[in-house]
Amino acid sequence: MMASSYNAKDEDGHITVTGPGGGTLRSKKPENTAFKQQRLPAWQPILTAGTVLPAFFIIGLIFIPIGIGLYVTSNNIKEFEVDYTGVDMSSPCFNCSQNFSWNSTTPCTCTIPFFLEQPYESNVFMYYGLSNFYQNHRRYVKSRDDSQLNGDMTSLKEPSKECEPYAYHDNKPIAPCGAIANSMFNDTLELFYNDPNGTKVQIPLTNIGIAWWTDKHVKFKNPGAGEANQNLTAVFQGTTKPLNWRRPVYELDAAANNNGFINEDFIVWMRTAALPTFRKLYRIIKSPSNGMMPTMPRGNYTLEVVYNYPVRSFEGRKRMILSTISWMGGKNPFLGIAYITVGSVCFFLGVVLLIIHHKCGNRNNSADISN
Amino acid sequence: MERLHWVQHRCRQLLAGDSGRGWYSTPNGLPNKSSLEAHTSPHRVGGKRRTVFARHGPHQQEYEAVCKSYKGNAIRTTKYSLLTFIPMNLFQQFHRAANLYFLFLALLNWVPVVEAFQKEITMIPLLVVLVVIAIKDALEDYRRYLFDKKVNNNVVRVFCGTQKAYVDQCWKDVRVGDFVRLSCNEIIPADMLLLYSSDPRGVCYIETANLDGETNLKQRQVVLDLPSQGAEFTLDNFHSRIECENPNNDLSRFRGYMEHPNGVRVGLHNNNLLLRSCTIRNTETVVGIVVYAGHETKAMMNNSGPRYKRSQLEKRLNMDVLWCVLLLIVMCLTAAVGHGLWLNSLKDPLFQVDGETSPALAAFYVFWTMIIVLQVLIPISLYVSIEIVKLGQIYFIHNDLDLYNEQLDSRIQCRALNITEDLGQIQYVFSDKTGTLTENKMVFRRCSIYGVEYPHEENARRLEVYEAEKNEVAAVDRSVTLKSGCSRKSLSCRSLSCNRSSVSLHTLTAESDEEDQLSNHIHPRTSAFCSRVAKEVIPDPELVRKLSWLCSPMLPLSDSSSGTPSNLELTYITDFFLALAICNSVVVSSPSQPRHVVPEARTPLKSLEEIKLMFQRFSFSPFSALSPPQIKGSPRSFTSRLFSRGRTGSSNFSTPPNSNATNESEPVQESNLENLNLRRKLDLSSIVEAGHGGQVEERETEDDITETKTNPDGARLDVEELTKEVDCEGDSDDELLYEAESPDEAALVHAAHAYRCTLRGRSAESLMVDLPGIGSLTVQLLHILPFDSNRKRMSVVVRHPLSGQVVVYTKGADSVIMDLSETPKGAEQAQEIYSHIREQTQKHLDSYARHGLRTLCVAKKVLEEEEYEVWLKRQLLAESSIENREELLLDSAQRLETNLTLLGTTGILDRLQEEVPETIEALQKAGIKVWVLTGDKQETAINIAYACKLLRPNDQLLTASCGSKDTCTALLQDLKLEVQCEDGSTELTAAGDHGESSSGSGDGFILVIDGRTLDWALQEDLKSDFLKLSCRCRAVICCRSTPLQKSQVVRLIRDQLGVMTLAVGDGANDVSMIQVADVGIGISGQEGMQAVMSSDFAISRFKHLSKLLLVHGAWCYSRLANMILYFIYKNVMYVNLLFWYQFFCGFSGSVMSNSWVLILFNLIFTSVPPLIYGVLDRHTPADTLMELPELYRAIQTTKVYVPYMFWVTVLDAFYQSLVCFFVPYFAYAGSDVGELTFGSPINASALFIILLHQVIESHTLTWIHMLVLVLSGGSYFGFVLLFSLFCVTCSPPTNPVGVETLQMSQPLFYIVCALTTVTALLPRLLFRTLYNTLHRSAHMDQTDSERYRKRMQRWNQSHSRANRVPVCADNPALEPSTASVVS
Repeated sequence: MMASSYNAKDEDGHITVTGPGGGTLRSKKPENTAFKQQRLPAWQPILTAGTVLPAFFIIGLIFIPIGIGLYVTSNNIKEFEVDYTGVDMSSPCFNCSQNFSWNSTTPCTCTIPFFLEQPYESNVFMYYGLSNFYQNHRRYVKSRDDSQLNGDMTSLKEPSKECEPYAYHDNKPIAPCGAIANSMFNDTLELFYNDPNGTKVQIPLTNIGIAWWTDKHVKFKNPGAGEANQNLTAVFQGTTKPLNWRRPVYELDAAANNNGFINEDFIVWMRTAALPTFRKLYRIIKSPSNGMMPTMPRGNYTLEVVYNYPVRSFEGRKRMILSTISWMGGKNPFLGIAYITVGSVCFFLGVVLLIIHHKCGNRNNSADISN
Repeated sequence: MERLHWVQHRCRQLLAGDSGRGWYSTPNGLPNKSSLEAHTSPHRVGGKRRTVFARHGPHQQEYEAVCKSYKGNAIRTTKYSLLTFIPMNLFQQFHRAANLYFLFLALLNWVPVVEAFQKEITMIPLLVVLVVIAIKDALEDYRRYLFDKKVNNNVVRVFCGTQKAYVDQCWKDVRVGDFVRLSCNEIIPADMLLLYSSDPRGVCYIETANLDGETNLKQRQVVLDLPSQGAEFTLDNFHSRIECENPNNDLSRFRGYMEHPNGVRVGLHNNNLLLRSCTIRNTETVVGIVVYAGHETKAMMNNSGPRYKRSQLEKRLNMDVLWCVLLLIVMCLTAAVGHGLWLNSLKDPLFQVDGETSPALAAFYVFWTMIIVLQVLIPISLYVSIEIVKLGQIYFIHNDLDLYNEQLDSRIQCRALNITEDLGQIQYVFSDKTGTLTENKMVFRRCSIYGVEYPHEENARRLEVYEAEKNEVAAVDRSVTLKSGCSRKSLSCRSLSCNRSSVSLHTLTAESDEEDQLSNHIHPRTSAFCSRVAKEVIPDPELVRKLSWLCSPMLPLSDSSSGTPSNLELTYITDFFLALAICNSVVVSSPSQPRHVVPEARTPLKSLEEIKLMFQRFSFSPFSALSPPQIKGSPRSFTSRLFSRGRTGSSNFSTPPNSNATNESEPVQESNLENLNLRRKLDLSSIVEAGHGGQVEERETEDDITETKTNPDGARLDVEELTKEVDCEGDSDDELLYEAESPDEAALVHAAHAYRCTLRGRSAESLMVDLPGIGSLTVQLLHILPFDSNRKRMSVVVRHPLSGQVVVYTKGADSVIMDLSETPKGAEQAQEIYSHIREQTQKHLDSYARHGLRTLCVAKKVLEEEEYEVWLKRQLLAESSIENREELLLDSAQRLETNLTLLGTTGILDRLQEEVPETIEALQKAGIKVWVLTGDKQETAINIAYACKLLRPNDQLLTASCGSKDTCTALLQDLKLEVQCEDGSTELTAAGDHGESSSGSGDGFILVIDGRTLDWALQEDLKSDFLKLSCRCRAVICCRSTPLQKSQVVRLIRDQLGVMTLAVGDGANDVSMIQVADVGIGISGQEGMQAVMSSDFAISRFKHLSKLLLVHGAWCYSRLANMILYFIYKNVMYVNLLFWYQFFCGFSGSVMSNSWVLILFNLIFTSVPPLIYGVLDRHTPADTLMELPELYRAIQTTKVYVPYMFWVTVLDAFYQSLVCFFVPYFAYAGSDVGELTFGSPINASALFIILLHQVIESHTLTWIHMLVLVLSGGSYFGFVLLFSLFCVTCSPPTNPVGVETLQMSQPLFYIVCALTTVTALLPRLLFRTLYNTLHRSAHMDQTDSERYRKRMQRWNQSHSRANRVPVCADNPALEPSTASVVS
């Protein structure tokens, strides 16, 4: 197809003007190098039963312990999940879910009690989980303006086209623009510990440190972040809040370092999930500093939800998840099992190969491998 | 010689093609009124001709008017200029489907609704391809530009109108109508008419090596009847107007006329034209007027681009690409339908960006989006990669030491760059015989004259010795001696002859030393014509004796058993050698004596007259072969005097008549004989004389016997002396260089030379010949009727130097000459003798053919003056006619060549090239059918087939040779039946060892078919019979086949059987066959360059074929096939990852990776390993492939790129992508994983899988592989890490900041990657392992022994490298460590 444009040296039409001397006496003998003569010393991986079976055994021997380790680790992780979508009539949030409207001013609150069977040690991570929520939809994923989020003033005033149709509202640029920001999860979750003695203790939830460090410090910046005493309200002057939001972006949090674009809830939401069923970190329950007490002792708890976020229309679900984590992340028995399975299969194949090698290889190789 | 036929054939075709548009009038002064009337209007088609005036001549105004429109001599072969490069190049590139596809994708991405990636990113692949190709094109163009500049700035001397002198000008400034003066060895800058030559006869020689690679000199003639003929050309008197045809690319044709001021028109022919880029040789100065310049020259118009052949594999690849397209469409449709359904089920979701679009329309958009997303599935980059891989393969083929010929200092030339892998698929090899299987170094081996065979035993022995010696002597030494001894000498002698121009020559060569492969190629070849073997012919003692008897008639031969030659026989012998010496087109040169100067001054005209006189005087008693006592007294001195050859010959010449009172002088006798002989044949009435001859013979025998008794010693001495003299002459006479058009001619001239019958020089009108005992004679050359393969003979018409009669000497193929030479009517006895001679000669011919010698018959005919006159008229008419010139010439020649007298026949040995039998055997073992297509006669062909082991002793020969179509039909049927029933019986007996019979050993049928039968067999209705028959035969030999037939046979087999064909040949007659075959191989042999020019690969020896096919072909094929599979696997595997993701993103066309990574993954991260794989992989070591040609077949049938392999690969890719997607999916399902975070381990493990997959598939891994693999992996990780560190807002909207750094800091990433990689590769690894273990056990013995041998070699190498003596090479137990390493 393309070779027609390659010309061999001697045939691109030139009648070469060479006298009978033929030029120099340089020989055209090719160089006798290993490379040019294709004699480079090479390892020839002849994959036969004999050569491969050690590999199978080794893989088996490595994978099975890893699998066991992963499995044990995963099993040690404690995880608790409450679905508060309110689909069932019996669900405390049924009413809220039914009467939802973006414009209602009175927040609908529902309370879900639950019981933790095991005490949770060290930091407990509190997630909200959404199901059937396609944050990875192509148009949705693109519907953001990264330079606006990075604090670029021009992008603030003129959001990128990608944000359409969530770029302007009433001829004012939306900050933050785009569908992702617009659909930000806005339920408020609060956790109460029902002490055995009857008191209802609110569990302190940290909202700092839930976003990636790079996101918080590099990727997301408020406009005019470099200036001394910046006033977010002034900075966002001339912009409007996303349609579905109740508060403008500069009122997301009281703390100055968690407001505006660098609000961590916002940042977490903006990192679009890969799969339609996902969880996002909502809060961290820090372990008590003395370390003797479990972070969340066994007992009764109450989850209080300010129900703002509609998922019924697309048959979505909302969950609250409490989880401890290990070095391998959250609870996931799959990896351990998979490792053990693959390791076993390898081991088994190793045995099979050994037999094959014994039956086939021996006959032929006896003369060869004698040395 | 066959080449000539071909050229002629072509000419005829061309002429037939444009006979309708001839507008030329016949030149005035020629008695062809009718044709004149038929074409009187030269201005009929004004647009089809050009008029040329002298630029600075008297016709200034006309010149201005006419020549303005003609192109100047500057050439520009570049495709682009600086300004036009970008648009032109883009335009060119977008002619390719692949690029259009890219463009389409890029444009598609600009449609907002379907946009998948950022707009720039989709353009990257397109840009990369465009830029890479553009750079390549630019470099090539720049090279051309430099070359053009150099050529354009060459300096030539052009007549300047103002200075009235020749001044130096650049080539580019030469215009049509300029007068150009050239010296010897200068290169002709434009097509010009030869107006003046310093040669007194108005000829000049040109070498056309630059045009067609032929090194023999061609003669060009000054335009006839120029007013200023003879004197140094003055331009002021050039008032003529030149009318000629418009520029065309036919090198062999030029037509036009020159009209002088007085209205006389002179016809112009091809031999008046000096073609651009040829070289002037052996002529001091020439002047010409430029008629075509620059791009309008014939040389430039003959430039055509390189040929493009599409390889078989590529065709199949296209099929697979179509499958890929289908797959792509299916996937996209799935996504579209899925998206539509998914949207349909949603009601106002929160994440819905654009709620208004109907699901159907959205589905439609998604379809296009998916095409962009999954575009990699169509392996566009594969096409670029294949190009690169083939270049790499070509590089290695080109550099192979085994394909290098030391003697010619030539490597293999790869001219077609894209069919390397076809070399590995060859099923049929069609080979030419002469020059391909044989050396085409013709050596005179034996001859038969007068029905007497001269076996030349010594000569045979010498040839054997030479061969043995050649085998022993190191090749390097030989090449040096050959080159310095021969070619260098010839070169130096050329430049010597023209001292002045050699300066310019050297500057030229210094400039363009690197440029040409041709020149280096040619010069050794020239030497081959005068190689030692061909030159040295050891004369047969018997023949020498007879000749010496001629020289010293007073000393008749002593050996009674051999008898003494009769006068008639002597006549035959002399005529025979004279014919050998002069019946040819050989150009003679020697350093001391430039070719164009024929020493005419020395012509012994006077003595010739005397001889004639004498001969008339003695003619009445010609046959009294009595030795006069006077001479008997001093025989030795006399002979030696006679034999003192060359220049003194003429002075001696006058002596014989004086010294010999009787009629026994040497020349006299000879001429007597001559005369008698001629007369006898001519005057049919010479019964008396003929009877006389018979009597004389008897008488002579008696005389000889008596003489023998009297003086036996003298004769022996004489013979010894003669042989001795001949021996040393071989040394002293080396300076005579013969340049012949065909090696046969050279061999014959050398043979004649060995018998002292030496061709000394030639000019247009005369030949100078040394004759034994006579000395130099000038033979007036009347005509040469050149060889053409319809006539299969050539003739010279000369005036016999001694008898003064017009004699025709004809040399040609035996069949023709035997038919044409008829028994002279008249005397019974003569008839008897003559038919006896014919009979004997035929017998000898048959025996020669059986011995594989090429036979040529020599005959002569004496013409009566009147007869000659009649013929001459017609011949002149034919020569001067413009229309139908060839036909008329042919006709005229045929009229002349009748009633010939057979003189004798020669057997020329054309030795097999080295290792030809081995090569053919190897090819047959490799399952390749070898056919020999030759123009030679059947016996010779069969014999050569025996010699090269194509035929084995127990093979059954099926000969198809019949006279009519009906018999041919019947014969084919018969043969088919015979073969079938034979086959049936052998199948029963040999049912067990099928492998044996397929590999070509065991008995087989060999079909031998001759040209005439082939013609019928190739006709439509017999085709299938012929095919079936030939399929059953192990080999087919087609003899007496024309070039057209050769190509027809190849086409038949190629098309009907659908097999890969390879044609190999060396001459112009093989060109059509080479072009038709899938792979055409030219052997750069003795016969010009046409075969090489039209070939795909040019090798120098037949034996190179085995390495080329068995090793390189097999390698290239498996490399490319594997690479293509790997590429498809790679793309399918990677694209499927994206596809699986669609199931989790609502089929919306999302991707889980950054689009940069996505695009670069194929373009950079995984692009080089397949290339390395495709260039360097060696599935089997070279020496194994050479030793076990069966593997060639095995590679074709087992590991081939068969269709199911494509599907296996695709399935494997599907599996791997499933694993690669779903292991991370399950590992991250339900977690807080982000889109890019999810893609990161998938990408990483995909990379690992793809790279390790290659490791599994590779047969060899060298450090280069390792390096490339590491670099590929490294480049990916380097890129993504840097990207995640620094790309803050650079890649919206999928912002990669921090993703990879975070991922790679987590152990989960590695755990997932490891699991994915291992799981994905397990089946492939297992499959390979089981395949190798179970499948290989059959071949185990071979390969094991092979490995063992290899191991030993390596062991030896490593140990000798370490300066240790390899103690015991075949005891590996000594070194267990190395052994274990290898195993």
